[in-house]
Amino acid sequence: MQEILQYVVSGLTIGAIYAVIAVGFSMLFNSTELINFAQGEFVMLGAMGLVTLWGVFHIPLVLALLLTVAGVSVIGFLFERLAIRTVRNPHPIVLIIITVGASIFFRGLSMLIWGKDAYSLPPFTDTPPLDVFGAKLLSQSIWILCISLVLVAGLYFFYKKTLTGKAMQACAINKKAACLTGIPAERMVLLAFILSAAMGAVAGVIISPITMCSYDMGTMLGLKGFCAAMLGGLGSLWGSLIGGFLLGVLESLGVGLFTSGVKDAIAFIILLLILYFRPGGIISAKSVRRF
Amino acid sequence: MLQIRNLKCYYGRIMAAKGVSLSVRSGEIVTLIGANGAGKSTLLQAVCGLLPNWKGEILFEKKSLKGLAPPAIVKRGVSLVPEGRLIFPPLSVLDNLKLGAYTIYRKKEHERAAANMERIMELFPILRERSEQQAGTLSGGEQQMLAIGRAMMAEPKLLLLDEPSMGLAPLLVEKIMATLSDLRNEGLTILLVEQNANAALKIADRGYVLETGNIVLQGASSDLATDVEVKRAYLGKDYDEFYEGRT
Repeated sequence: MQEILQYVVSGLTIGAIYAVIAVGFSMLFNSTELINFAQGEFVMLGAMGLVTLWGVFHIPLVLALLLTVAGVSVIGFLFERLAIRTVRNPHPIVLIIITVGASIFFRGLSMLIWGKDAYSLPPFTDTPPLDVFGAKLLSQSIWILCISLVLVAGLYFFYKKTLTGKAMQACAINKKAACLTGIPAERMVLLAFILSAAMGAVAGVIISPITMCSYDMGTMLGLKGFCAAMLGGLGSLWGSLIGGFLLGVLESLGVGLFTSGVKDAIAFIILLLILYFRPGGIISAKSVRRF
Repeated sequence: MLQIRNLKCYYGRIMAAKGVSLSVRSGEIVTLIGANGAGKSTLLQAVCGLLPNWKGEILFEKKSLKGLAPPAIVKRGVSLVPEGRLIFPPLSVLDNLKLGAYTIYRKKEHERAAANMERIMELFPILRERSEQQAGTLSGGEQQMLAIGRAMMAEPKLLLLDEPSMGLAPLLVEKIMATLSDLRNEGLTILLVEQNANAALKIADRGYVLETGNIVLQGASSDLATDVEVKRAYLGKDYDEFYEGRT
């Protein structure tokens, strides 16, 4: 019993990261109907950014975090301007292939910059693990859970309470109608790219102390985030959150109760099952409001 | 206020407007009537920037609208109430209206937006009652009022309406038309595209009849309403005669 609780707790930690990545996927999908396969690379860039700024240059942690997320957001901005906006025939398939290409490009560039070595970082703080009914919650796990929950709550507030958030929703619902009310839809799409890149970067910086960071870490994380988004229902903020945590816990239980070899298989088996039986996700986008 | 000269619009290779010229003067309601596929909606889409691929001239307050995107045209003072209303169903009525004043909120003129909101609520009291409700749960007539209200939030000088009577019961159509007439009396200029020629000609000052991309008739709406051709084609005269003959 104790063991299972421990698996659940560590599952929630990794689940929180999947959730943040999934939210990034969902946000962008909502505004553009585009699945950005370079999302995982934003996670990698976030992690490598922190490795460089905090680990190598010893910039104070908070400043390093902010600079990393801001830097990756700028990359998201440039990505939209240079690779997406300039496409003459913006057919969804064309755009998706561009994101796959961008993913390969980011990975290659990172390999040139950081090499093939893996880096590790210490936890954000050195506090002893917290005891939750006998299960141990590491200090970095607390950071991960808190930061992801604050982030999702912030996003919820952004969509519910701010005019820009509502305008972004309006663009997602009907771009033509949004244009007709004077909302600059193109700018909203750009904002969606920036925010989803920032989401990826946040996932990257919070995961960096509990994993090995290298140029190719983003691919698997991106795919897991995509599975989580599909699991919860692509386009739904709450769905992504639930999907992320569920995937994390299932993975952790699978590793604990069976063998660590099934870790990655679980996500993809779930993805296949979802695609076969419930393509709308467990929270079907039809029955639940998008935001 | 609005001058369209020799407008040619294309959908791919198909020419949907074949050299249309018309004008709308300040403070009047002009209606554009015609059957399905005559090119009425195309023309409105060209004016509000949704259809960038057109030739000819569209002048609003003597300035060309060529090359402007829809948000820029809204800023100039032209708003469209689109066909099918295109409200934002999951958002509340209030949020739908607020988004209508997006450009005003962006200028940080919150009081002005609030005043507009108050005016819309007075114009359509039902929207005040339903302000917290999801817009998708409104009835067809209420959604149309919301669509008009949302367009009015941007303080347009020229309001374009595409088939506002579509799918509405006659009583509601009358109510909407009466509201448009009131708005005109307050100084708003309106270009009304309608298949329901009866209702449109009742409130319009002037009208144009569009057929397969060409204007075939124009004049004061009272003249158009009595024109034999218009009667037969758009006002259901044939049906009157048919039924009279049978009884």
